[in-house]
Amino acid sequence: MAHFEKANSIEEWLDQRLAIRTVKRVMSAEYWIPKDINFLWAMGMVLAITFGLLLVSGIFLLMYYQPNVDLAFDSVNYTIMQEVDYGWLWRHVHAVAASVVFLIIYIHMFTGIYYGSYKKGREMIWISGMLLFVAFSAEAFSGYMLPWGQMSYWAGMVITNLFSLGSLEMNGIVEWIRGDYVPAQAFLDRFFMLHVLLIPLAILGLIGLHFGALRIPHVNNQEGEEFDFAVEAEKYKSGDKIGAKVIAFGNDFMAKDMFVVAIYLVFFFYLVFWNYGFAMDPVNFDPADGLKTPAHIYPEWYFLWSYEILRPFSKDIGLIAFAFAQVIFMMLPFLDRSPNVAPANRRGIFAIWFWVMIVDLIVLTAMGKLPPAGIYSDIGFYAAVTFIILFIALPFITKLEKKL
Amino acid sequence: MNESRRGFAGKLFGGVAAVGGLASLVAMKKTWDPLPSVKAAGFTSVDITVCAENELVVEKWRGKPIFILKKTADMVAEQNEAETARDIIIDGSHYLVAIGLCTHLGCIPAYRNAKKDFKCACHGGEFDSSGINTLAPPPSPLVIPPFKVDGTTLVLGEEGPEYLKMKEAGVLA
Repeated sequence: MAHFEKANSIEEWLDQRLAIRTVKRVMSAEYWIPKDINFLWAMGMVLAITFGLLLVSGIFLLMYYQPNVDLAFDSVNYTIMQEVDYGWLWRHVHAVAASVVFLIIYIHMFTGIYYGSYKKGREMIWISGMLLFVAFSAEAFSGYMLPWGQMSYWAGMVITNLFSLGSLEMNGIVEWIRGDYVPAQAFLDRFFMLHVLLIPLAILGLIGLHFGALRIPHVNNQEGEEFDFAVEAEKYKSGDKIGAKVIAFGNDFMAKDMFVVAIYLVFFFYLVFWNYGFAMDPVNFDPADGLKTPAHIYPEWYFLWSYEILRPFSKDIGLIAFAFAQVIFMMLPFLDRSPNVAPANRRGIFAIWFWVMIVDLIVLTAMGKLPPAGIYSDIGFYAAVTFIILFIALPFITKLEKKL
Repeated sequence: MNESRRGFAGKLFGGVAAVGGLASLVAMKKTWDPLPSVKAAGFTSVDITVCAENELVVEKWRGKPIFILKKTADMVAEQNEAETARDIIIDGSHYLVAIGLCTHLGCIPAYRNAKKDFKCACHGGEFDSSGINTLAPPPSPLVIPPFKVDGTTLVLGEEGPEYLKMKEAGVLA
């Protein structure tokens, strides 16, 4: 039995048993953040808060939702929306957060790409982040099934059909995923399980990995400047707070982080109360009907760019292009052959690559929403080809880059 | 001595864990398989005698609409070989049996009795009375589902000799 002294305060009592002072020091008071950053560095915290909003609103929705093909639609659109006091609030928070979370993820991602925060020791931050993107995508898709409206059903049909792998016609896999020949009770039940348990568990684990991956390489800064965090931390602790290039995470950096979060939350709840419509597709307010296809089937806005990479090609080539788009961002640290960690505008041709990629993704997103006919179909085709060429060209462009 | 004992214990655990892990994977895979009740509902029997000439009958099989069309003698006489190859012949009458989903994006085409063809409202595709695509965008004919002829009963979901013959001839879709 280890020796314990009598504690003089609750904090000391807890510290003796749980080492809470050590935890606070390691996680916050002596966890160092560079000073040379901007508001884009707050997106991680914004994402954490948004995930919290999804979790809390999801818990309340879960208390009335019925994962049954005959009851699901009414449990959402009647019970939660009309009977449950403030049920509409949880639903709108959940729907808006599910959409906005992808906006923030994309900002977070492209900030990382712009400042080169995915290489020279930061590869695992990037990879764990991309795994989080995959997990969030699966979470969004499985959640979209649950109201069991027309878009739920037909999105479920189309997306699970992708697993037949085109001309390979592996319909057995599709039926195995669905537990039926078409999306039905078994399908709804298992996607409910994935949405409320398995994928959230994976997300929590990946968030832990993502934070852990930051520990050794530390957060990047606006100029990609390399410095000794231990030396700068010593300066800060010895009182030279102006000279030090770092500040403590808690409460110094947190104060600014949470300021950005406050502004974000005002915007977020403005959407929840006055402009939630963008997150709720009107087609999904018709109950699922396996004998009636909606005229246009399209995903939510955040999947449009990859959907548009699938669409303009023939079936098999489309699938290969789609698979390429799904994994290629993950490979970014290895496709970028330049040793420079610097903002894109100082990296010559890479700056052009970055902005062309952003514009291309916006064009793909816009074309993905429009019906696949005439000029839109052509623009979509060229934008999809541009996307593929951009990533094939990246290693060559960055190889030629001058060392800064 | 101690090391080799630990090594043995480690290998023993590894073996037990591997067997248990693989066995549980089998259980997990099987648990996700379609249930027997789902599979049993995957076969639909249709009494073909209720069909009237040039009147489309729509049955439901595995959650999908199935078109059954009994053709008139005139229709059969006008057909070309490729169209006749897709007919199911029962008691001397010719039938079209096909999954009623447009091969473009899966909408359900409507039958036009007067024109004796199918028109898809979504993107304007057309199919003749044998389910062969005659106007784009659909890229291929309506799909013929697995079937077996049992007297005057059509069993959907089972692969009978007539179905296998069509499969061989490559006229299913």
